[in-house]
Amino acid sequence: MKVCVCVKHIPDPTMPMVVDSGTKRLVRDRGQSILDPSDEFSVETALKLVEEHGGETVAITMGPDGAEDALRRAMAMGIDRATLINDDALAGSDVVSTARALAAVLKNEQPDLVICATESTDAYTGMVPGTLAELLDLPLVSFARSVTVDGSSISAQQDTESGYRTVQASLPALLTVTASIAEPRYPSFKGMMQAKKKQLERINVAALGLDSASVGEAGAREKVLSVAQVHQEKQVRTVVDDGSGDSVVEIVAFLKSIQVV
Amino acid sequence: MATRRIWVWTDLSDGMPHRLSLELLVPARTIGSAEAILLRPASSDVLSVLGEHGAAVVYHGDDAAYDEYIADPQATTLAALIKSEQPDAILFPSTFAARDVQARLVGKLGVGVIANATGIEYDGDLLKVTVPYGAETVASVTVEGGGPAIIQMRPKSFTSEPVGGSAEVRQVSTPVDAASCRVKVLENVEQSAEGPNLEEASIIVSGGRGIGKAENFALLEALAHQLGGAVGASRAVVDAGWIPYSHQVGQTGKTVKPDLYIACGISGAIQHIAGMGGSKRIIAINSDPEAPIFEHADLGIVGDAQVVVPKLTEALSKL
Repeated sequence: MKVCVCVKHIPDPTMPMVVDSGTKRLVRDRGQSILDPSDEFSVETALKLVEEHGGETVAITMGPDGAEDALRRAMAMGIDRATLINDDALAGSDVVSTARALAAVLKNEQPDLVICATESTDAYTGMVPGTLAELLDLPLVSFARSVTVDGSSISAQQDTESGYRTVQASLPALLTVTASIAEPRYPSFKGMMQAKKKQLERINVAALGLDSASVGEAGAREKVLSVAQVHQEKQVRTVVDDGSGDSVVEIVAFLKSIQVV
Repeated sequence: MATRRIWVWTDLSDGMPHRLSLELLVPARTIGSAEAILLRPASSDVLSVLGEHGAAVVYHGDDAAYDEYIADPQATTLAALIKSEQPDAILFPSTFAARDVQARLVGKLGVGVIANATGIEYDGDLLKVTVPYGAETVASVTVEGGGPAIIQMRPKSFTSEPVGGSAEVRQVSTPVDAASCRVKVLENVEQSAEGPNLEEASIIVSGGRGIGKAENFALLEALAHQLGGAVGASRAVVDAGWIPYSHQVGQTGKTVKPDLYIACGISGAIQHIAGMGGSKRIIAINSDPEAPIFEHADLGIVGDAQVVVPKLTEALSKL
């Protein structure tokens, strides 16, 4: 089976987010950007499925030059080859224009299964996978905590608020996975060396046959009017506990003051 | 000017309107006429509750296929309804099913979408939606290019309240598109957690990497039990498999606003703060004095949560 994984190169989520006041876009610094940690679960799922059923794995992303790093990381984990959709015309893409670009590559690839994270760890809209499924006319199997492929059928346990439900669809399909699906493998040294030599194709808007008015900022329907900084000043009372646990006296007093106890 | 028609996509929970959908009727009736969209078989009680919460109209489609195949047929029917009715905006809660319906709809209509919104208003004809970017930046966002504005609102951005009234029910007769019935629900499994529901608890004791190991969640459970609260967790420990995803608090997990949030060994990454920053009081226990969580705390304890938490439980048990 052929499995395509859509990934994203994002600013390190442990660092504060910086929004450029001119472009009103998130500042993306290559040196402080990583493969989205949620994408590691998609990569792991793809690798496991292909280890079990045979086939090929492809990672796809859209982004500036630096996004190559995310694809190399995915290939270091074991993905066979990758495609970077890279074009200045793509800057400022919103949900629909991002999905259009990814869909164009996926239409050429014709995979049996597309895997995405449920949402990216920078923008968090969680909309691209479902929009992509619609553009590709694929069934969407979302929020999977486990997945099984049997012939041309895919079944998954899908998270619900009160537990889970088992759902089933036919391949080809688009799957989104949660962090409980599998423990992502760590790239080996050998994997990292091999990743440098694996095929990485760069493709631009024209080569994808996309109208440049339908992608990037030109195609974006979502417009940021303004961004503002908010800073909450809070009166913090800090107590240092020397390891004795004596600070509990302070906590109990605080709990009494707010009438919790 | 004609009254704006604001649709609220309605999810169900235990056979009643989902509380997050009821919350959305508040902004909907503030900026226009609130109209609920319910594409699931449901009792007349459900329709009454929607009316009581301010829905002037309920569009109800009750085909059993919506229960069996959920998002895909709903999105198809919704797209057809939008074409004939032309609402100004559609508000979605952040439930699992809502996200699937909403995202497919965006693909069908090719329109703009705004997610994680906390506020919505019209300034003349200009739609302005408030979207927090991380903990310290707030953006005002709009959508252009025609078609309804499709907006997902964050939980607890509004407080639902019954305002009386009853809704005019309009049956949705659009036949379910058979081609969209392709992700079949085979089985629903309830996994009830012990203790109070995380999203409804007034006290939450939450743990992160700083509690050391998975087994130490027992310490947090004991404290939560003592206080009658629920146990939450950071994304880091959920990803590490220390505790199930259902406990995750943060932008990718649950949004909580308890009276008291006790963060134990949690550094306070933006993604976590986004889910609990609205708590009324915050106590942070962390051995790193530089941890960002302290900026949000009312009481900060610079110390080892593995030591402090069991001592606190013990002290409280003696009161």
